[in-house]
Amino acid sequence: MNHLTEEELILHYYGEEGDALAAEQHLEECPDCRNLFGSLQRVLNVVDSLPVPDPGMDYEASVWAQVQRRLPARRRYLAPVFSWRWVAAGAALSGLMVAAFLAGRFYPQARRPQAMAVASDPQHGERVLLVAVGDYLERSQMVLIELANAHAHGALDISSQQERAEDLVSESRLYRQTAEHTGDRAIGGLLEELDRVLLDITHAPSKLSPVELEDMRRRLEAKGILFKIRVMGSNVRNQEEPAGAGGTVTARQKL
Amino acid sequence: MELNDVLAVSKARSGDTDAFRVLVERHSRSLFRLAFRMTGNQQDAEDVVQESFLRAYKQLAKFDERASFGTWLYRIAANCSLDLVRSRKRRSEHLAPPAESEMEDPVASLPSSAPGPERMALSSEVRERVAEAMRELSPTERTAFVLRHFEGMCMEEVSRVLECQPGAAKHSVFRAVQKLRRALEPIASPAK
Repeated sequence: MNHLTEEELILHYYGEEGDALAAEQHLEECPDCRNLFGSLQRVLNVVDSLPVPDPGMDYEASVWAQVQRRLPARRRYLAPVFSWRWVAAGAALSGLMVAAFLAGRFYPQARRPQAMAVASDPQHGERVLLVAVGDYLERSQMVLIELANAHAHGALDISSQQERAEDLVSESRLYRQTAEHTGDRAIGGLLEELDRVLLDITHAPSKLSPVELEDMRRRLEAKGILFKIRVMGSNVRNQEEPAGAGGTVTARQKL
Repeated sequence: MELNDVLAVSKARSGDTDAFRVLVERHSRSLFRLAFRMTGNQQDAEDVVQESFLRAYKQLAKFDERASFGTWLYRIAANCSLDLVRSRKRRSEHLAPPAESEMEDPVASLPSSAPGPERMALSSEVRERVAEAMRELSPTERTAFVLRHFEGMCMEEVSRVLECQPGAAKHSVFRAVQKLRRALEPIASPAK
């Protein structure tokens, strides 16, 4: 009598064997295989007893709150381009621009310097930049860490990291310009360097062989970019405190 | 009116974040279960869930609307978990067993007059042995086993998630079950 192999018994347990009837019949006739199958069933039943913790009543809402915060901004602008809301907003904006133009023409000259002083308050600009850059560095760091820690025997798909790197690159221009405007050369310099690294990632093939992955990892390590981001991130967080007291508006909204 | 997945995906693709919210709220709990079984850690599972939805959102354009959104999302979550488990393994960090505070002890909820194997199977010692045995599996074996055993995917589907041949997926499941059997046979045996 040919006994069932352990593999065949596993397939039988999951209902994926080729000939279920034959396996069933064999199990009825063969005590050895029946014992082995019984042992397999008991072990897998014990595995089933491993509980999953309850993430809480409001879990769905809390996941959405976290996810929503990190959704890429560009998609939010895609949908309602031609809706009436946008048309109305556009008309209102045009009205405001005309009003601003007329006010500028006829308002007394003496009031202007004060208004300009508020608008170009360098301290305010710097605080805004710190909050935004802190968030930006954190997201960049996540992409780089994922790549630095990735491990693959075959080709590794990095298209998700590439998409995020692309989003980050398109965002960084605004931050670099603001850094330039507020005269923060350290932040500007790091953002420029980070930009080159992110561009390097977006231009890589979307599926990396283990050799290419190792090569990319070596390049990241050679540039020490992760270390620089950590240092800058920690500096930014330390300086952010006064900005946090100013309000709850998010970094992206501010910029 | 409640949106079905197909409609919600279609709306989310055109930038409707409220539609995406429906998908997040509908699938987050089952994704958490999958991620917890794969990572063995509540915090990691929560991170995986968030990361999976973000990846899904960015890849919505690539989603084939004829397929099941849930399965596609599971695939993303399984890959996220796999990446995380691999990176942990690579750094030789052992996954901590779930803290006592993270879950209720199921034994406590059993009636005290229920002795026998069920009670034994749910004891914290057994639970720890099972968690330990799961941690001993390689990331691929663990993924293959979780998908086959807990999620009920067939070997063909498991191979698609793992991006390997069905034969290779099957062998990962075999190796996982064999390892679990070796580790857990003593406590699962009726003589105990």
